[in-house]
Amino acid sequence: MFRILRKEELAPSIKLIDVHAPMVARKAKPGQFVVVRVSEEGERIPLTIADWKANSGMVTIVFQEVGVTSMKLGELEEGDALVDLLGPLGQPTHIEKYGTVVCVPGGVGIAPLFPVARALQDKGNTVITCMGARSQNLLFWVDRMRSVSDEVLISTDDGTLGFHGFTTDLLKQVIARGTKVDRVFTAGPAIMMKKVAEVTSMAGVPTLASLNAMMVDGTGMCGVCRVMVDGKTKFTCVDGPDFDAHKVDFDHLLSRLAVYKAEEKKALELYMQTRGAK
Amino acid sequence: MSPVEFQRVPVREQLPQERIRNFQEVSLGYNEEEAVAEAKRCLNCKNPPCRMGCPVNIDIPKFIKYIAEREFMEAALELKRWNNLPAICGRVCPQERQCEQPCVVGRRGDPINIGKLERFAADWELEHGVEIPRLPEPIRHKVAIVGAGPSGLTVAGNLAYAGITVTLFEALHKEGGVLVYGIPEFRLPKKIVAAEADYIKRLGVEINLNVLVGRTVTIDDLFAEDYEAVFLGTGAGLPLLLNIPGENLNGVLSANEYLIRSNLMKAYKFPEYDTPTRRGKKVAVIGAGDVSMDCARTALRLGADKSMIIYRRSFEEMPARKEEYHHAEEEGVEFNWLTAPVRVLEDKGSVAGLECIRMQLGEPDASGRRKPAPIEGSNFEIEADTVVIAIGTTPNPLIAMTTPGLEMSAHGTVVVDKKTGKTTRVGVFAGGDVISGGATVISAMGEGKIAVESILKYLEAKW
Repeated sequence: MFRILRKEELAPSIKLIDVHAPMVARKAKPGQFVVVRVSEEGERIPLTIADWKANSGMVTIVFQEVGVTSMKLGELEEGDALVDLLGPLGQPTHIEKYGTVVCVPGGVGIAPLFPVARALQDKGNTVITCMGARSQNLLFWVDRMRSVSDEVLISTDDGTLGFHGFTTDLLKQVIARGTKVDRVFTAGPAIMMKKVAEVTSMAGVPTLASLNAMMVDGTGMCGVCRVMVDGKTKFTCVDGPDFDAHKVDFDHLLSRLAVYKAEEKKALELYMQTRGAK
Repeated sequence: MSPVEFQRVPVREQLPQERIRNFQEVSLGYNEEEAVAEAKRCLNCKNPPCRMGCPVNIDIPKFIKYIAEREFMEAALELKRWNNLPAICGRVCPQERQCEQPCVVGRRGDPINIGKLERFAADWELEHGVEIPRLPEPIRHKVAIVGAGPSGLTVAGNLAYAGITVTLFEALHKEGGVLVYGIPEFRLPKKIVAAEADYIKRLGVEINLNVLVGRTVTIDDLFAEDYEAVFLGTGAGLPLLLNIPGENLNGVLSANEYLIRSNLMKAYKFPEYDTPTRRGKKVAVIGAGDVSMDCARTALRLGADKSMIIYRRSFEEMPARKEEYHHAEEEGVEFNWLTAPVRVLEDKGSVAGLECIRMQLGEPDASGRRKPAPIEGSNFEIEADTVVIAIGTTPNPLIAMTTPGLEMSAHGTVVVDKKTGKTTRVGVFAGGDVISGGATVISAMGEGKIAVESILKYLEAKW
């Protein structure tokens, strides 16, 4: 059992939990993820590791309540436990001194890019973060990103905070003002990463995207997370989750993310009914 | 002495039209009277050929004699001397190719139904209370086992019998490996796997779930934590794919995905269980092994109107056990022999059908089977909304990637000395699908037993 040591609501429907998982905390590296299960009847879902502390055996997970499993996860309180937590999984993000790097997190993707930005800054890179959300109240960890970035630019889709527009607009501004960008790292909704890839492809800046494919086991067994990269089939769980964003077939990824849409909707309706009954 | 009875006592089964609507076990097994009658057919040969056919060398005539004498617990204990998991093996071993194949009675009539007798005795013990044998005083050696599948559980049990302190690491959230994620409930009930895994735990083996060796800990970490030897029983978990156009469309699943969802995650009980699965109406399964049969039969139980096996060779070369084929055919699975998939057809990102080509058999290939070759211009389309790829698996490369000194073959398997189970890394042993690339539960257990012998020697005398 993996006990929840602390819980925090970062924004409406976006929650943070610190989980006691000492073996995972000892090995975690930026860009890696865990697979968790909330109950005996629960599904296995992948969640990116947002932070960890090896000495206290703690792993931080940030998630957005979008379906039954993430909602059940959101219902757990401090002192409750996850029945299963496996990790750290996937290839760590490749960190080296590139020069100037831009991190482009969107929505809940802010969490996984935080340790990446920190590691990049530790390696001596100049880190510029272009972060955004739909609205001001959904934006979290601005201060934490500032603490690991040399410059932070903010956008909201509705203009309630920072630039009125998208993170891709911020990225375009950085490139347009003449900053020599050596590498871009992006995490967030697939559609946003697709747009980031389009921008950096035009500008010729190598870009890594942390893909959010669906998974079951997370260890290379089921293949539900397969993505097309440079025309080849790759498993996000073991070959990724980071891939060359210019070679990823994002339309294919978007299509696969919707495979179980009907089932997810049905399960959510049932869940809301039973929760309402309580 | 009464004359030999040449006919087997029939095994009761759920009727095909009923069982395709549930996930309960198809074969109901023998009751006491049936088991005794079947056991009495055994000739009790002095030099029993059946025993030669058994990868774990069970004294088959002896346990059968106990059943004939109604000493059912004795029969179960005799089985346990050779095999820690008899209720599992009695259900999933390919007996017709192993112990039952050389049976002397089989020369004139039906061979003794050794598998169902094994299952009977093991189930009898589970129902009447499993006794834990008296274990020797623990000796100070510590051994780590990676993977709680058939070979890992066997090695764990046998080392515990020898007084070794054993810790087993398993990546998934349940013990059993392929027995829980792969083999369906209707062939191997999960409560049987849980009961036999529980027996291993009661022998004092500590099982740590949710540990992926290679990521959560490495082999080097285990040695640093004072484990003196490591056994790798990590199986062959990576699915092979066809590399044909359309393979990544929605509705194309690896057999692993299809079976993991249904078996490990219980997606057939969705939404009571949270994991959904593809409920296709016309399901095409590529391949004709045991796993393919499991997928085709699962499809029917998930509500398919049509479940098809697509196989590039013919009936003769089919690798599936005869019982699995027989059950699949009874349930209405369609068999398309000498047929190979060429392309998955698409409609808005999803499967719209399968383009296939007819094959013909030529000269025998390296496997000794006649090599299939496509017949030019014979392409045709099969209606399907779901395609399941069940053409085999290969070992996960993770441990090899993270373990210096561990040599791998070109096929991705861990290289071992077959006589000892020793890998190329001192203190590391391996057995099961990770060395064979994909075989049977019982061969994995046989390899596990070989490794136990050499692990015990290694702990005493070193490499």
